[in-house]
Amino acid sequence: MEFAELIKTPRVDGVVLRRPFLPTVEGTLCLTGHHLILSSRQDNTEELWLLHANIDAIEKRFVGSLGTIIVKCKDLRVIQLDIPGMEECLNIASSIEVLSTLDSVSLMYPFFYRPMFQVIEDGWKSFLPEDAFKDLESMTEEWRLSDVNKDYSVCSSYPPLVAVPKDVDDDTLRKAAAFRHGGRFPVLSYYHKKNGMVMMRSGQPLTGTNGRRCKEDEKLINATLRAGKRGYIIDTRTVSVAQQAKARGGGFESEANYPQWRRIHKAIERSSILQESLIKLVEACNDQSHSMDRWLSKLEASNWQTHVKEILTTACLAAQCIDREGASVLVHGTEGTDSTLQVTSLAQIILDPACRTIQGFQALVEREWLQAGHPFQQRCSQSAYSNSKPRCEAPVFLLFLDCVWQILRQFPCSFQFSQHFLVLLFEHTYASQFGTFMGNSASERSKLNLSQKTVSLWSWVNRPQEVERLSNPLYEANCLVIWPSVAPQSLLLWEGVFLRWKRSSRCLDEAYDEMVHIIQYNNKELQNKVNNLRRQLAQLETEEEEED
Amino acid sequence: MDHVEQVRLLERFSNKSTSGTLHLTATHLIFVESNNTATTILHHHIASVEKLSLTTSGCPLVIQCRNFRVVHFVVQRERDCHDIYSSLLRLLRPVSYDELYAFSYNPKQNEQQREEGWQLIDLGAEFERMGVPCDRWQLTDVNRDYKICETYPRDLYVPITASKPIIVGSSKFRSKGRFPVLTYFYQEKKAAVCRCSQPLSGFSARCLEDESMLQAISKANHNSRFVYVMDTRPKLNAMANRAAGKGYENEDNYSNIRFQFVGIENIHVMRTSLQKLLEVVGSRFLSVNDYLLGLESCGWLRHVKAVVDAAIFLTKAVTVEGASVLVHCSDGWDRTAQVCSLGALLMDPYYRTIKGFMVLIEKDWISFGHKFADRCDQLDGDPKEVSPVFTQFLECVWQLTEQFPQAFEFSEWLLLQIHEHVHSCQYGNFLANNQRRREELQLGDRTHSLWAFLLREQQNYLNPAYCPTYADTHPVLEPSTLPCHFKFWRNMYHQFDRSMHPRQSVLKNVLTLKESNCQLEDTIKDLETVNFSTVFLIEEEEEVGEEVTECCSDTERTVEGSSGTERKESYSDLQGTYGAKAEPAVVSLEFGVARMTC
Repeated sequence: MEFAELIKTPRVDGVVLRRPFLPTVEGTLCLTGHHLILSSRQDNTEELWLLHANIDAIEKRFVGSLGTIIVKCKDLRVIQLDIPGMEECLNIASSIEVLSTLDSVSLMYPFFYRPMFQVIEDGWKSFLPEDAFKDLESMTEEWRLSDVNKDYSVCSSYPPLVAVPKDVDDDTLRKAAAFRHGGRFPVLSYYHKKNGMVMMRSGQPLTGTNGRRCKEDEKLINATLRAGKRGYIIDTRTVSVAQQAKARGGGFESEANYPQWRRIHKAIERSSILQESLIKLVEACNDQSHSMDRWLSKLEASNWQTHVKEILTTACLAAQCIDREGASVLVHGTEGTDSTLQVTSLAQIILDPACRTIQGFQALVEREWLQAGHPFQQRCSQSAYSNSKPRCEAPVFLLFLDCVWQILRQFPCSFQFSQHFLVLLFEHTYASQFGTFMGNSASERSKLNLSQKTVSLWSWVNRPQEVERLSNPLYEANCLVIWPSVAPQSLLLWEGVFLRWKRSSRCLDEAYDEMVHIIQYNNKELQNKVNNLRRQLAQLETEEEEED
Repeated sequence: MDHVEQVRLLERFSNKSTSGTLHLTATHLIFVESNNTATTILHHHIASVEKLSLTTSGCPLVIQCRNFRVVHFVVQRERDCHDIYSSLLRLLRPVSYDELYAFSYNPKQNEQQREEGWQLIDLGAEFERMGVPCDRWQLTDVNRDYKICETYPRDLYVPITASKPIIVGSSKFRSKGRFPVLTYFYQEKKAAVCRCSQPLSGFSARCLEDESMLQAISKANHNSRFVYVMDTRPKLNAMANRAAGKGYENEDNYSNIRFQFVGIENIHVMRTSLQKLLEVVGSRFLSVNDYLLGLESCGWLRHVKAVVDAAIFLTKAVTVEGASVLVHCSDGWDRTAQVCSLGALLMDPYYRTIKGFMVLIEKDWISFGHKFADRCDQLDGDPKEVSPVFTQFLECVWQLTEQFPQAFEFSEWLLLQIHEHVHSCQYGNFLANNQRRREELQLGDRTHSLWAFLLREQQNYLNPAYCPTYADTHPVLEPSTLPCHFKFWRNMYHQFDRSMHPRQSVLKNVLTLKESNCQLEDTIKDLETVNFSTVFLIEEEEEVGEEVTECCSDTERTVEGSSGTERKESYSDLQGTYGAKAEPAVVSLEFGVARMTC
């Protein structure tokens, strides 16, 4: 077994574990290929099972022969292990370091994990593009499902099947793909049933410095416009960033070649800046100083809330174009795999009530993130504590979840799920026993044969007990468009993620449970009881009549 | 002039406006929109009126209210605008108490109900609840006629060993005669929280009676060999006071004291700080960075945290060390009131109930002479005396309710409502600066009590997550003092800016459900009785059933205030906006989104 070589000391006794808001535990530390386990062998204490993949960074400290390892996790938790014996401590630390940064995908835990629960519905089959298209077909005939990318040759980050305008043939798609960054030609992202307007997404056009054009690309997107109607192109970059992109072969749609489209530039930052922002935010949240000024200025300097506001604003703009202006929209940034997806998926949360259900939200993540080719593996390989130089890491999906949470806070009764679901997704994108967020695109996932070799997160989520845990007790279906406020005073710091380990959430949890209790007591117990009694009474009544 | 037509009301954070008619009554300013919805503003709530320079669309009039409402009217004709402006200026500056709304407000109550309202809160009974008088503390009658200290109440509690000459001597050595008296007694450890004003020590003066007084307080507690003296001012301020013959206790002169500064800034700093905060959050198209930088530079949250920190210090000294604490600032009616009352709230679960909270305010703020009239600018007075000290206290309480959602019987709606009426001058409770003046004004005979009104409506102010047994497991609250746990209180400072609020309210929903639960429980009881007692009652039972369905569907919840209809708008239809109208949400567009820029 390969792991055995990496584990020099598999077991140490007398290790003391300190973690936020739980009593200190003394017990035996065990290292396995995928887990760090601490058990006191007593019934009443909770064991620690930590996936190596969840470890972002470690620090070692020594006082005499007592070593201390501080483990910083990707879910932002920080725990401390006091290990007697310098050698043991060094061995453990080096094993953790190696095991938590294994490069080989095939060694990852999802390939070894066997579910301890009964899979009722295989999550790998729950959200197939074919099924999603059937829904579309029931609303409109203007679109078709193209398999032009069936062997991933046209666009390596697209799925085999994409929805495109009916009148555009595959040849046109191939030519348009050659004109778009990463081959990401414009495809359908969302169809607004209310007025038939659509949202599309793509990569940037490769106009370059000499203003290249592509008739097929123009034809493709014009095919989505109704006669005499104009559409909006939302470029998630500022004008100057888009201008600079020209020098590297990219660019934006010029007015001359796209006269039927109005271009709007917004300012969502590049991924490297977002990663820096996350690191600063987490550092601010972990600051132990009690100075209010320091906290506020660090929070400000992190720019996190600014990113949240910018993304939400852009999503509102896209939704507004579609719902209020009655216009179709094309969204892109540079690659079309990050800010583009934040905007298209949030716009759907705003516009489409279906996306606010548990199933619908999974479908949205599947459609707009996984199938759409957001490179999860690259973006989530390190989180906020990593000392290594960031390569492609960025909290793009976490920012999306944060924005959803902001909307959820403003419309607490319009979502079928609670923030637990969002936190769960955050955790599983960074470290998971499930294969769902592995790989960077549909093509990589299919090469890894994940659907055969790993379990889907959705298989686990879509079990009754889990659905119940993730449900929002206040949910009442709301078929309306929900416009969030993006005033700075309306945006909050997502405590459930960023302050989760800073304060015992026990009293907040208890209050939440109490609320759930009030609601369920009402819905289930009391209403049922009243109904039963009514029924009994009716029965008595008829018996009485019969006796009469 | 009583009304002006064709006035436009501009929305504060958007470019939208509604037009209607502006009416001016003796007590209210009322704006009636064409669809008959009315915005009512009590004159007493208006802090300032400003006439801006003429624009093409008319003459703008900006009104800032003490409950943080800001309204922006545009009047078509400049003459009309000037008329409103000058009438308001006249109405806004009452010079005598008799002009205040409380003396004309008539809520259709009979005399007996009114009197009962004033008897709801009995501070004598409150001290008894704490276990005072006892073998160490007694009620003294030295101030029966307000002779020793005219800003204190008549009934005061002092150590049994503090004789009359000691009291009199001590009071002469303290600013405004406010000598050390008991405000809270922690029965479990027999530790006392006492309050007073600064000593007139200057650079070297001492007073044996005052020293004996502190000695007596110390001796009344066997759990601790010393008494803490908390000076809630920054050290620099206290030292500066020495030059004026005032100052702070010299540890060398007082045996057995531990002296401590806790550094809460004075009323002027607080006034400026809140003003800055309101300027920051009042600006349109505010960026996140400017918002956070503004929060930092105005210092408001820092001051709020300082008050909470001081209360935590007090609480620890009393509950953990079992030591008695004497709290003072300069005059002992602003910071001292904040720290004593907040400390008591942390120590004693009773004050976290609705009734208990009223008692707390009555005791530490009203009876001990917080100068509500001056601080809230009830009469045309010195603007330098105005300061949001009480507002800040309410905010500290709110910060605690956010940290301990199960510990408080009341929700923030109670805090908002109290704040509303501290400034409305509609009830007698907060009028004037001290008890003596209140008695002269015969408020008990001529006005109504807010507490009675709030208690009658208390179901509106309940916190659905409140857990009465929480007090057993957490008798003393230990709040986190990490700065990240202090938040901007949007529902206070933007309470009338609806576009910023969540569109659906969890609080309201759960409260409604909880009420409906009670009704369902009753129905079940009824149905069970009916089922048992055979079928004769069937018809009656059916009535019960109908009643219940009605109650369940009744989700209206109003928090009525001086401007009942207003409140209804700001809270009750949070849910309504979504449930009822087909095209809601217009609210947010201006904010959310996006002026289209190409």
